[in-house]
Amino acid sequence: MATLQSLDIRRRSASTEAPPQIRQQGLEVAKLIDVSKCIGCKACQAACLEWNDLKQEIGYTDGTYNNPTDLTPASWTVMRFTEYEHGDDLEWLIRKDGCMHCDDPGCLKACPAPGAIVQYTNGIVDFVSENCIGCGYCVKGCPFNIPRISKADHKAYKCTLCSDRVSVGQAPACAKACPTQAIYFGSKQDMIVHAEHRITDLKSRGFKNAGLYNPPGVGGTHVMYVLHHADKPSLYAGLPDDPKISPMVGLWKGILKPISLAAIAFAGVFGFLHYITKGPNEVSEADQRKGDELAADQTKPRGHS
Amino acid sequence: MSENNVVSRYTTAARINHWITAASLILLALSGMALFHPSLFFLTNLFGGGQMTRAIHPWIGVVLFVSFLGLFFRFFALNLWNRDDTVWMKNLGAVINDREEGMPELGKYNAGQKLVFWGQSILILLLFCSGIVLWDVYFADYTTIDQKRLSAVVHALCAIGAILIWIVHVYAAIWVKGTLSAMTRGSVSGGWAWKHHRKWFRQEVGKP
Repeated sequence: MATLQSLDIRRRSASTEAPPQIRQQGLEVAKLIDVSKCIGCKACQAACLEWNDLKQEIGYTDGTYNNPTDLTPASWTVMRFTEYEHGDDLEWLIRKDGCMHCDDPGCLKACPAPGAIVQYTNGIVDFVSENCIGCGYCVKGCPFNIPRISKADHKAYKCTLCSDRVSVGQAPACAKACPTQAIYFGSKQDMIVHAEHRITDLKSRGFKNAGLYNPPGVGGTHVMYVLHHADKPSLYAGLPDDPKISPMVGLWKGILKPISLAAIAFAGVFGFLHYITKGPNEVSEADQRKGDELAADQTKPRGHS
Repeated sequence: MSENNVVSRYTTAARINHWITAASLILLALSGMALFHPSLFFLTNLFGGGQMTRAIHPWIGVVLFVSFLGLFFRFFALNLWNRDDTVWMKNLGAVINDREEGMPELGKYNAGQKLVFWGQSILILLLFCSGIVLWDVYFADYTTIDQKRLSAVVHALCAIGAILIWIVHVYAAIWVKGTLSAMTRGSVSGGWAWKHHRKWFRQEVGKP
């Protein structure tokens, strides 16, 4: 996906220049996935492949409805099916997995290639594939295990939140295709308000822990879930309970960078100052004479060996 | 200085081995720094762009590892620590002020050189292992994401350590006049050997 007009870029990977700020703060968008209304039909998966012109290789079934069994460079969204048994009750939890479009994106922070990952002012985090070098750092930065590196072109791929559709006022393809309206799209504020209605409804039906998944550890997300068991997100095929950018990534991409360059610069400057204050370490005439005398005693032939 | 009174220090094979290691270490530092800090990303142009840098860097790493292994087996016995090295380290302040009178006579390597040797040995081993974990093209499926994250930190830390040791190594060769010929010509002057590695010098002279 190519970038939108450059005035709408909030953050750009591996770039130190300030982003353009002349425009008013743009409207933040969000996709709201109501897990309680999902019937697992995979229309969203099909719509995603179709709109983005992708082809998922035919794979193998693992005996479940998970198909394909994981996100791939071509499948930017997959339905993950979980059978949740508690007491005599069985719940079939179906979560549409894909990029969460974090407000504080770990992939963007880890990316070393300038402009390979951008965050638009509307909150969408997008991979600009022409700038991607295929290092896989985004995989390490992501708290949700989303980016996949293609074996064909060694570039990273993930859900774009249909940034091309959104830029012309359309909803993402998955939201458009969903037959039960389990996927909503709109301003983030509206989606939060809408989620509140759904949560009230779910609570009235006995799901007392129903709630919104908009994890603060990553600054909130621009893809949110309504969960019937919001107290235990990990029930839903391992959705992180409290996702955060790994402290390892924070260290690697944070403090380590300036400290390392400073240490290298310091070593260089120290060497220079040492040389200009102490001068070179030279062999004195006396040492040279003694050395020559000893070398003259050498019993073996002199020179290179 | 008499041209004839030179002392042989490195064989041709050892020098070639050293310079392959040196060249690959410099190329690794440049390509690695390019991917480490955004301000240095422009260095990828030296390698044909970002994708090429990402692809080439690990292969240069393999060259470095194999080449350094050669240096390791050539020199490790001469780099074992002894009592004189401890004395030398205690007088490091005097050494960097070029006041080496009264120091013990030294074998082929002083304590500083030995620390460079062991430091690079450990760091290059760690860099190789963590580098394999980060080499996604071939090894992405063999480790977890958390292991990859840890490897990224270890790789960056060890690389900075290796670059700092490299700076010390290069500076020492610039500062101590007469050193460079050991690696360019294979030999040093008698005066240099007398001043810096007298015990080694006596052994060399005593050899039949």
